Amino acid sequence: MLNTFVVYVEDKPGVLARVASLFRRRAFNIDSLTVGRTEKTGVSRMTIVVDTDETGARRLEAHLYKLINVLLVENVTAEAAVYRELAMIRVTASASQRSHIMDLVEVFRAKVVDVSPESMMIEITGTEDKIEGLLQVLQGYGVLEMVRTGRVAMRRGGKAANGASAGADAADAAPASGTVSYSV
Amino acid sequence: MSKERKTGAEIIWKCLEREGVKHVFGYPGGAILPAYDALQHSSIHHVLVRHEQGATHMADGYARASGGVGVAIATSGPGATNMVTGIATAMMDSSPIVCITGQVGSKLIGSDAFQETDITGITLPITKHNYLVTRADEVVRTIREAFYIAKSGRPGPVLIDVTKDAQQSSCEFDWEAAAPQLPGYRPDLSPKPDEYEQAMELIHQAKRPVILAGHGILVSGAGGELLQFAERAQIPVALTLLGLGAFPASHQLNLGMMGMHGEAWVNTMIQEADLLIALGMRFDDRVTGNLKTYARNAKKIHVEIDPAEINKNVRVDVALVGDLRAVLQELLEELEPCQHREWLDYLRKLKGDSAVRDIQNLPDSGHLYAAHVINDLWRTTEGKALVVTDVGQHQMWEAQYYHHETPRSLITSGGLGTMGFALPAAIGAKVARPEAEVWVVVGDGGFQMTMAELATMVQEKVKINIAIINNGYLGMVRQWQEFFYDRNYESTPLLNPDFVKLAEAFGIRSTAVKQRAEVVPAIEAARQHEGPVLIDFQVEQEDSVYPMVAAGADLHQMIRRPGVLVETAADE
Repeated sequence: MLNTFVVYVEDKPGVLARVASLFRRRAFNIDSLTVGRTEKTGVSRMTIVVDTDETGARRLEAHLYKLINVLLVENVTAEAAVYRELAMIRVTASASQRSHIMDLVEVFRAKVVDVSPESMMIEITGTEDKIEGLLQVLQGYGVLEMVRTGRVAMRRGGKAANGASAGADAADAAPASGTVSYSV
Repeated sequence: MSKERKTGAEIIWKCLEREGVKHVFGYPGGAILPAYDALQHSSIHHVLVRHEQGATHMADGYARASGGVGVAIATSGPGATNMVTGIATAMMDSSPIVCITGQVGSKLIGSDAFQETDITGITLPITKHNYLVTRADEVVRTIREAFYIAKSGRPGPVLIDVTKDAQQSSCEFDWEAAAPQLPGYRPDLSPKPDEYEQAMELIHQAKRPVILAGHGILVSGAGGELLQFAERAQIPVALTLLGLGAFPASHQLNLGMMGMHGEAWVNTMIQEADLLIALGMRFDDRVTGNLKTYARNAKKIHVEIDPAEINKNVRVDVALVGDLRAVLQELLEELEPCQHREWLDYLRKLKGDSAVRDIQNLPDSGHLYAAHVINDLWRTTEGKALVVTDVGQHQMWEAQYYHHETPRSLITSGGLGTMGFALPAAIGAKVARPEAEVWVVVGDGGFQMTMAELATMVQEKVKINIAIINNGYLGMVRQWQEFFYDRNYESTPLLNPDFVKLAEAFGIRSTAVKQRAEVVPAIEAARQHEGPVLIDFQVEQEDSVYPMVAAGADLHQMIRRPGVLVETAADE
């Protein structure tokens, strides 16, 4: 089962290597991992998608917390959350095929971002399903190149994931000691 | 507030002094030379080792003997990589050590400079945390954080790699201004009230409970609480290898060591229990055997400081995540006195069955058995020695025949099973506790892995006694070959040097012992002698450790001396 973790980490050299090393060391398979800055200085946010069962997900969460630079881990799999991924797809497109492809792009609310005599580049943002859908219809034209960012996730509702949206540094993103529960 | 300009090298020693460090174990080299040059101004005593692996094991032994943090120092490149085995050993056994390595100048990093190696990358999965320090003004906070991380929560090794230019350049030394900043680190978890209630209910209902006590008892200093708990609840206590000493061996509720080479009654009790209370242990495969048949009818309570251990190998019913001592104190508040007469009577019966198979009770065949040597060592030292063992058959015999009464009276490499651990770890232990009578119990194989440290021992005038259990084989491997590989003794017979002459070359008094009658006099003489003594106990060559649960077999399927498979009621 795919589990989606939102992980806040200190923005320090080597932190990505520590997280990646943990997955390798404990024999978990990363489906996708994205990382970038957040609204807080010194805090980076990762969205990690992992194929594992419930027990595995709990262990993984505990292992992530053992990394000193990890501030907060949230498994949002069972929560109401918005998932997005961005893909860029270069597809074969002769002059006669362009308008057909543009129709498809319209249906998927994607965008054409580059055109050359033999090909077009399409940008699409959405869930993995939506991107897969577009890909499927484009296969017939010939997909020349594709890049995908992997999933990013944010919980729905008013509450910020880290519960401290006004904070300005890494310390605010971490929950107080003892507030993390490990009941079985 | 005192602010003085100092070099990074000077700051390293100042910080170590502030952390209460009295001894470090190390080996100099190019990239760490600035730090060694600054050592002259420090009160810290440096123990010069013969190999950097030795330095890490000494720091480890120092930490385990004292309960404090051990420190090892090495240069970059090969100096740092030689530490890897010792760091992994400390990681597996949750031992707090801080390793400081020199690194090439920060401008040279990544250029494959002479003696450059990516030691923070190499040690990433075998340290609790590690640091690369490239500026002098990062030294103070890094060392303060390293010590705090190493000793708090579930302890472990921390490595600090300091570039040569960070050691050479100067900055203001301000201890107070550089307090640890670890927003994501939470070593102080505690269970919730309803989790305590669930645990108490299981404990009060149990008819056949067993406590499984591990290294966590020693680490959190919960020996007194464990004793109170076991006595009030009348629950027998089984120990892991690293837990030996956590509960007095002579206590009527003591079961002894569990697992692969645990006594038959211990494993039988665990398999037939209706409640296991695991205290600071991690259900290692050497302890559980086949997980599918492990204590099938028992509810399980797991008290553990590391949440990642919960449900890792064995699914538990209640998990109490927190400091073991604090959790036990909390449980003691609610614990009612219990009685388990039938269960304890059953234990006495099982013990009687086992006694008739014990080699101590077999007729004297004229051969010298390792069990005799270790039992005589126990008797002669009145069970009060600090024993440091290596890895293999002698380690298991020590666990079976040396009865430890107090915490931190046995130091051994459990999780990683590092041969060559004993001699250097014992040197570290003796440096930490000079008043202790320290004995190394080591096999002829493991001894030869790190025997260069005999020179360290002599140079530092460290009085320890070394008992080589010499059977001319890599004994435990030979035993596996005997049991599981048709007695094909491939690459296990050892052509050993004359250990007596070898010891004499180092200036160490030494004797060889071949008869049982010579054992006690040799041990006595070693105890009387002022300097270190090495005794070469030439024991029965093809003896095996019994009982034995084969790797992955059911815990109650024990190979018994002399090779009888005994099945108990738990096997249906």
